[in-house]
Amino acid sequence: MADLVKKATRDSYGEALVELYKKRSDLIVLDADVAGATKTGTFKKAHPDRHFNCGIQEANMMGVAAGLASTGKLVFASTFAMFAAGRAFEIVRNSIGYPRLNVKIGATHAGISVGEDGASHQCCEDIALMRTIPGMTVINPADDTEAKAAVLAMADYDGPTYLRFGRLPVPVFNAPASYKFEVGKGVTLRASENDDVTIIATGLLVSSAIEAAEELAKQGVKARVINIHTIKPLDTELVLKAARETGKIVVAEEHSVIGGLGSAVADVVSEKCPVPVIKLGVNDTFGHSGPAVPLLEEFGLTAKGIIEKVKIAVNK
Amino acid sequence: MDKELKKRLEITAAKVRLGIIEGVYNAKSGHPGGSLGFADTLTYLYMARMNVSPDKTNEPDRDRFVLSKGHNAPVLYSVLAHRGFFPVDELKTLRKIGSRLQGHPVMGKVPGVDYSTGSLGQGISGACGMALAGKIDGAPYRVYTALGDGEIQEGQVWEAAMFAAHYGLDNLTAVVDNNNLQIDGPITEVMSPYPIDEKFKAFGWHVICIDGHDFEQIEAAFDEAEKISGKPVAIIQKTVKGKNVSFMENKAEWHGAAPNDEQYKIAVSELQARIDELEKEGTGNG
Repeated sequence: MADLVKKATRDSYGEALVELYKKRSDLIVLDADVAGATKTGTFKKAHPDRHFNCGIQEANMMGVAAGLASTGKLVFASTFAMFAAGRAFEIVRNSIGYPRLNVKIGATHAGISVGEDGASHQCCEDIALMRTIPGMTVINPADDTEAKAAVLAMADYDGPTYLRFGRLPVPVFNAPASYKFEVGKGVTLRASENDDVTIIATGLLVSSAIEAAEELAKQGVKARVINIHTIKPLDTELVLKAARETGKIVVAEEHSVIGGLGSAVADVVSEKCPVPVIKLGVNDTFGHSGPAVPLLEEFGLTAKGIIEKVKIAVNK
Repeated sequence: MDKELKKRLEITAAKVRLGIIEGVYNAKSGHPGGSLGFADTLTYLYMARMNVSPDKTNEPDRDRFVLSKGHNAPVLYSVLAHRGFFPVDELKTLRKIGSRLQGHPVMGKVPGVDYSTGSLGQGISGACGMALAGKIDGAPYRVYTALGDGEIQEGQVWEAAMFAAHYGLDNLTAVVDNNNLQIDGPITEVMSPYPIDEKFKAFGWHVICIDGHDFEQIEAAFDEAEKISGKPVAIIQKTVKGKNVSFMENKAEWHGAAPNDEQYKIAVSELQARIDELEKEGTGNG
């Protein structure tokens, strides 16, 4: 992974919006005074008359997005994950989710890798919050290629969607030419007939999972790697296949261990094919200020952290 | 205002009030007080002002109404039924299992309901989005929304108020129904939002203050609103919660309670007497 180009998925998001407008002239983009950071500013530069700054009012922005969508517009509403999923939760539930309006929430600065801003801005609860809303699709892309493809694909999908992007540049491991985004379908990145364990990862921990599997292979542990970009609806078929075939699962995400992908996987596995599910995530604690990479190391959200969890799993 | 129109509106508003009572009585719950108080203005909007039609509920250029104070669903349903969007008899299914008439309005479920509301403070934001879409497209439609005077305690209302003025949404008119009561009592005791007119003016709105039970003032206010350019318009109307049902008038306890059998009979007879009297007058005037 070290030799790959790195890019933050928030940058991919801004560029994808510009690309999207070429085929969807009904596109409207909203932001809440963080256009420079969410990168909707990239779209604003290209199409200033289609970008509306709502100021620092996330609740109203989500309602305005719903009203626009009710007239048939394709709307992307953006702010930081903390405010999109957290502060505006009830507006997202009642004004967007309940009437099933076609609003795409582009939430950036998710997770602990926000870094120096500290815990007030490090949202590790958004996946849990958003996946409780009936009908909400929840997408967490792993790299630049996937993020762009997800934005373009979800624009063609009619229904409320939460898209999660990061601030930290992450390795671009998917080749743009061959990559195809399919909503609700997990991607098996590494597998063999007799894998010992499956690592299910999402977001920035997918590239760490690949790195972990390569290292584990050297140590004689065969790890399957699955990238789950769509957390809801979850690709339960692929998850259960991994449970049946490998008997042990490690889930890695830059999110609280409460209510995220780990919980979603455990829900389906415990009911349909009970095998050990070990979760790697933020352990019911707040983050703190610091550069993103050391923070991820401190919280164990790295290839090394995944390897440790895999060892616990295979020794069960 | 045309005399004949005024008479017709008064009669229809009385029938709308009867529909509110029918719905809430049969549901054994719901919000009659504010619904009765808002009946005149909403009757005017749907019967004499808005470009809407039961045959074209998805017409892109139709005017839109958002009931931001969504708990007043009984008056919206009753007005829509009397405007022909669905049978008046269906009002009796309010809040019942299997009914389209949910406790709070749901778009896509009920013909004529343009937006889902119920959680206070959110409808006005949706109305802003609709009005913004109209501006972007240069569409001819207007957007109306109704807020309770208690509802404007919600911070989101003022976010929306700032937004509407900033983007010059002069195709948006918000009615603030000022009956001075909310669930826990007089708004001045619970959390005073006064002065309401000065607040909206300070947020950059054009403000019109009227008596919300006087059809001539109601019509004049909406006429004036259409002439305003570059600013959203707030119509702040004094109304009587529970209007035209004697024992409900100006009583906070009728915010969210249904009449019992005896009270139902009294309410129906009072409203029916009003309808009979208005219709008799109408015939007498030839």
